[in-house]
Amino acid sequence: MRLPRNHPIPWTLVCFLTPVILWLFLLIVLPHIDLLLMSLRREDATGATSWSIANYLLFFKEPIYWLTFVRTAIYSIIVTFLTFVIALPVAFYITKVAAFRFQGFLTMLLLLPFWVSELVRVYGWMILLRESGIVNHFLLRFGILERPVEMLYNDATMVMGLVYTSMLFMVIPLISVLENLDDSLIEAAYDLGGTMWSIVFRIIIPHAVPGIVAGSIVVFMLTLGNYLTPNLLGGKNSLWFTEQIYNQFIASFNWNQGSAFGFLLLVLSSLVVWAGLKLSGQKLSRVMK
Amino acid sequence: MIRTLPNSPAYTLGFKFYVILYFSFLFAPLLVTCILAFNDSQFPALPWKGFTLDWFFANEPDRVGIFHDQINLTSIWVSARVAFFVTILSTLVGTCGAFLFEQEEFRFKQALYFLMITPLVIPGVILGISILIFSNTLGVFFEESLGLDVRLFGPGFWLVVLGQFSFISTLVTLIVSARLKKFDRTLEEAALNLGANRFEVIWHITLKFLSPAIISGAAIAFLMSFENFNTTLFLVGPEATLPINLYLQVRDGSTPVINAISFLLIVCTSTVAVINLTLSRKQR
Amino acid sequence: MQIDLSARDATKKFGEFTAVDRVSFDVRQGEFFSILGPSGCGKTTLLRMIAGFIEPTHGTIHIRGNDMAGISPNRRPVNLIFQQLALFPMMSVEQNIAFGLQRRREQKVDIRKKVEAILERVDLPGFGRKKIDQLSGGQKQRVAIARCLVLNPTVLLLDEPLGALDLKLREQMKVELKKLQHQVGTTFIYITHDQSEALVMSDHVAVMNMGKFEQIDTPQNLYNKPSTPFVARFVGENNAWSGTVLKESDAFVEVKTDEGLVFKTKAKERFSLGQRVDLFLRPEAMLIQPDISLGGLNRFRVVVNSILFDGANSQLLASPLNSRREIIIALPQNRQYDYIEVGDTVDIGWDTNSGICFQHHETAS
Repeated sequence: MRLPRNHPIPWTLVCFLTPVILWLFLLIVLPHIDLLLMSLRREDATGATSWSIANYLLFFKEPIYWLTFVRTAIYSIIVTFLTFVIALPVAFYITKVAAFRFQGFLTMLLLLPFWVSELVRVYGWMILLRESGIVNHFLLRFGILERPVEMLYNDATMVMGLVYTSMLFMVIPLISVLENLDDSLIEAAYDLGGTMWSIVFRIIIPHAVPGIVAGSIVVFMLTLGNYLTPNLLGGKNSLWFTEQIYNQFIASFNWNQGSAFGFLLLVLSSLVVWAGLKLSGQKLSRVMK
Repeated sequence: MIRTLPNSPAYTLGFKFYVILYFSFLFAPLLVTCILAFNDSQFPALPWKGFTLDWFFANEPDRVGIFHDQINLTSIWVSARVAFFVTILSTLVGTCGAFLFEQEEFRFKQALYFLMITPLVIPGVILGISILIFSNTLGVFFEESLGLDVRLFGPGFWLVVLGQFSFISTLVTLIVSARLKKFDRTLEEAALNLGANRFEVIWHITLKFLSPAIISGAAIAFLMSFENFNTTLFLVGPEATLPINLYLQVRDGSTPVINAISFLLIVCTSTVAVINLTLSRKQR
Repeated sequence: MQIDLSARDATKKFGEFTAVDRVSFDVRQGEFFSILGPSGCGKTTLLRMIAGFIEPTHGTIHIRGNDMAGISPNRRPVNLIFQQLALFPMMSVEQNIAFGLQRRREQKVDIRKKVEAILERVDLPGFGRKKIDQLSGGQKQRVAIARCLVLNPTVLLLDEPLGALDLKLREQMKVELKKLQHQVGTTFIYITHDQSEALVMSDHVAVMNMGKFEQIDTPQNLYNKPSTPFVARFVGENNAWSGTVLKESDAFVEVKTDEGLVFKTKAKERFSLGQRVDLFLRPEAMLIQPDISLGGLNRFRVVVNSILFDGANSQLLASPLNSRREIIIALPQNRQYDYIEVGDTVDIGWDTNSGICFQHHETAS
């Protein structure tokens, strides 16, 4: 039931709406419109600007740009999938297998690393994996290697780092959907002769779809837009699209080109989010709880 | 399969092994970082050369501990100030947002709600550049049409605050909304019936009920702001925040001072996180 | 006697649906007035209109002669006890009770005194510091009442506050509530779907159905002289027969029921011959094996289908001969009828004054 509105102006609505509108329009809507407008302008040698789609044309003309773009997208999908595969058993263990008294503790343990700055976590991997790093130190000492190997600056390490960075955003939604899965469903399936694989694929995964979608969207988005991890772990070879954007903005000071790249990345991210929602039949507002 | 069903020992053991492996994977980099903060060596690497607190307290030409390292101390102070303002702003606006979407009815509510969630699915880098561009546009506009040179519109402290605020508010809105959903609105009616006006109702009843969620939202906002890198990267001016500052150092080589800072960060954030989690668990 | 509350043609529509339909009534000062009706009859909507949470679509509501139109709930001299009580869980008992007084900006000293006095009154002295979740169901109930009474409302509204209690406690609270109302002398408007609550506690009861008041009367009159078939069915138990009018004289009619029984009974209105009517008869109005010498009785025979033993409320379920209709007959537990067994044929008689006849309504059957 609604409270009556005896005043001609609903004061509370005005009070709540104003800051939210200011926030969303000044910091989200208008900046992104400006981003689009900026990407459609081109500065000529004299410094005058004009409307043009040259920034987008350049993207398709230069293989380095669109290849980086495709590479970023594909790696983001791989990272999302790997994160899911690694996280599902963990979420399942915590919600269904571990003794009740450990559940809270394990969940807290799971969350802890992610409160720490991404930079610190990536730095930790760097001192573990670099040529003079801890892993090399032990491998040398046990005689497995003869000379230290540089384990940083390759794709595998970069993917591992991205998986590590975004793990939390997959585990938490999975835990919350699996918590709602009634144990008796699994018991019933088991009782009816279901094997482990059939239970995983016919009961657990279908039930977990909303959590999987929510987790995948966030992980994909975070990976796609990550700058820090590919830059530090992938090094010069990382070829991550956000680095192209950074280069255009900060190094070349070509904001128009950078905006075009940014807008393309935004379109890609929105498309994948949209496709993910469509394929799984979910709603954004329901998934993002 | 699950704890109530008979499981083979291989299954249980295998699963345990996997989970232990996973947690090692989670904690290895943090643990190593922390340990090496106390190594008496010029580089954050093994072999172990003995325990030292130099990387915290020393003030010698070849060793400057974090507590004497002006650049890092300054950046910590910048981050703290940014986080402070982001927390205040996003907690205020996020709470308004929760009230707006849970308690008010208006046209286009669905559309606005959708808009409110979008910052979560916009990559941080994009948020950063679009706010940078827009503030630049505004700056140019004010300069050309009004002849005003507003410092606020250039990259710098306040732009970082606004950039982080733009998506952290969404998180706070969602956290506070989740609790407001559980609020029994007859309590508001009861208060109204006992003679309270709408604002007294919100102040004495609803906000009291929401306070755990608001505190937890504020804590999360602070931590998110303190560690933000992607959005900040494009908005930062001469005053570097801690993550930006650390990034520049890590990129160009490293000293155990970074480990010392990391150690402090890990200890502080873990404490805040554990307190926050325990409190919110109690609330359930 | 002063009229505390008066509604004239109060109406509330939600779109096409009329929740409350032209309801008019007056409640006198100090009265215990109940609104009784099945769920969905509009009684909660009516109560919320009085409290000010809903504005009526038409009609007016006056409290002590003041028109309440446009007065927000926090400025009305009425207080409401909610179905789920709505005690503030984040406050102590004391703070809950003081809440309304604080909103009136009363002196701290006065507030303390009043809170203590009212806690005394509801038999909870020394409970002030307790948390709400430390209280039992009955104690919560009393805090909710105290929280409203401390404000000295002109009218206290109660929205089925006993619904959440278990049976034993409910019986006890019924008596307590009535006593309390008598002591404080505040006008109570009590809504419920439980007829026993309404009958036991009230001075007047309004029976509500589909948004309308069917009858406003004393509990005795509602039971003995229902003015509509709905009231006859809803208040207390009743047996109903459909039939046609055979004969009509003064205040009496002769009705032939659909299974062929002929009864003479009081008529509520004038009927024409052959008209369809509904006849209502209370289970306790039927005498089992009445003495042959008793005159002025309708008599018929029934076969006992089952005996429902329930102490003082024991009943026979029986069917008239050659009929499958089942009627309820009160079975007094004075040991006089212990011989009756299932399958027995029994004579039944009832006084022509105890039945009541209404024009037949299609929907009522």
